[in-house]
Amino acid sequence: MADNTAAKKKRSLMQWLKGYTGQKYTTTLLFLLIPVVLLVLFTVIPAVNMGIYSFQKRDQLGVSWEWVGLDNYVRIFTDTAYLQTFANSIYYLIGSFVQQAFALLIASVLCSKLKFANVFKGVLFFPYMMNGVAVSLIFRRFFQKGDGITNTEGTLNSILMLFGADPVRWLSDPNIVNVCLVFASIWRYIGFDIIMYIGAIQSISPDIYEAADLDGANAWQRFWYIVFPNIRPIVGLQLILAIKGAVSVFEIPYIITEGKNGTSTFVIKTIETAFKYQKVGLASAMAIVLLAIILIVTAIQKAFFKEEK
Amino acid sequence: MSSKEKKKTGSREEMYRSCRVMQQALKYIFLVICCLMVIIPLVVVLIGAFKTHDEYISTGVFELPAVPQFENFKIAFVNGKVMQGLLNTLLILAVSCFGTIITGTMTAFVLQRFNMLFTRAVKAVFLVAALLPNISMQVTVFQIVSKLGLYNSLAAPCVLYIGTDIISIYIFIQFLNNISRSLDESAILDGASYPRVYFSIILPMLRPAIATVLVIKFVSIYNDFYTANLYMPSDDLAVVSTALYRFIGPYGAKWEIIFAGIIICIIPSLIIFLVLQKSIYSNLVTGSVKE
Repeated sequence: MADNTAAKKKRSLMQWLKGYTGQKYTTTLLFLLIPVVLLVLFTVIPAVNMGIYSFQKRDQLGVSWEWVGLDNYVRIFTDTAYLQTFANSIYYLIGSFVQQAFALLIASVLCSKLKFANVFKGVLFFPYMMNGVAVSLIFRRFFQKGDGITNTEGTLNSILMLFGADPVRWLSDPNIVNVCLVFASIWRYIGFDIIMYIGAIQSISPDIYEAADLDGANAWQRFWYIVFPNIRPIVGLQLILAIKGAVSVFEIPYIITEGKNGTSTFVIKTIETAFKYQKVGLASAMAIVLLAIILIVTAIQKAFFKEEK
Repeated sequence: MSSKEKKKTGSREEMYRSCRVMQQALKYIFLVICCLMVIIPLVVVLIGAFKTHDEYISTGVFELPAVPQFENFKIAFVNGKVMQGLLNTLLILAVSCFGTIITGTMTAFVLQRFNMLFTRAVKAVFLVAALLPNISMQVTVFQIVSKLGLYNSLAAPCVLYIGTDIISIYIFIQFLNNISRSLDESAILDGASYPRVYFSIILPMLRPAIATVLVIKFVSIYNDFYTANLYMPSDDLAVVSTALYRFIGPYGAKWEIIFAGIIICIIPSLIIFLVLQKSIYSNLVTGSVKE
């Protein structure tokens, strides 16, 4: 008798599993098993650890550690070595405004009737496809100052000398080195923005242009009264994203100047703190600060660009 | 009087036309200058890669080599481990693309089609996870990778590229929003199970989204430097980026070899760009907009 009910229960369980509600659960379990394990291992646990470690003094192995309260956070906002990196991100922020302006200008020129527009577009976009290490090495040579023994003058100095100017120590002068790195960064990323703006400009109905042409609008009026208002949401979005970009700069200064000469960025400093000086607690606090900045920027972006979706 | 008027409008038209021509010329000049700014740093690399070391030391950057040398390419390719790097990169690319497509489409299918408490929770976690700054996260991801024994193995980047790629899942979910549920329903009426619906209806329909993800994956993995630099310090485990990065030490004074390495490493990107140009523009932009 008892056997019978158990068998019945078993059968109904099997039936339930075969039915579509049961299948929903089994499929979910089956399909999400690996992604969720990976998500927990490489995102959730590290994120939680990061929060905890940020209040600790801790090395890479985590053998001996102690609670230090807010010490790590206080240090980030008081030590000049760390504050300097925030100052550096202002260079990149201004740089990305310049980048957006140029990208918009180039995109609107490329959208007018031109021959070889695709060639121009391809050339300007290609750096975005290039390996970051390759780009960084190219710019190491580009800004290099010759020493007369092992190195001749780099590309930029060679061009200057064609015009009779004196060579400049681009990468060792702390006043201009960051500007040079920002230039390399614009060189690498502007192609992507150009393509985005071209897409946005081309989505404007051609009827509007025709009407403007009939009214005799010139190129500038066309841009200011038709193109710009239509793509303003994208421009705004890009400018906000520029803040995220400016605090997350890593590769170009890490490879071109190795963060020396006052070119360190917040992320370079975080990585150095964690892996060179083995201060995992402090580095975690830095990562949390970066995350906080990103969350604030994202909240602003969501608040301002709600209608976009 | 009338002739005078005619003359006036004529000259105005002429002025208008010459203004147009000027404007058009200015546009070309502007674009050519922009393109030169892109090309000049690259040309220097191309010229330099064919020089001997003596030529590199003694000639200007724009001077052509007397006899083009191919020796630098050989040194970069074999001694500089760029060949090894290309092979490792290719392996990592293949594994992570395959993994991302399988796990990404499955995740997207479940998250988009089944509206349950659990799927909603997972979706929310993914949403938050997408905001985490990738490189800074390595501060604590590193310890997990070490504990799992993946440090200094090709598995480390593969697992990270598959496990932390949330953008791909987004692209798949977005795409699934536009695939009608009535297709699933009619298959279910015919007696298909959910996995069957996924394999024979959803997966084939997702092909354009898979193409988008593949392009984004190629660009991001081929160009990624930091993951490999942190997790695979061993010489044999160089990928293209780290092989090139390690030139700075031993070949620090031999720029002609570094140049050759740069060129070898750019060629695959160039080929893919030239072949897939149109789809790259649209795929990268769709990828970023959905980010």
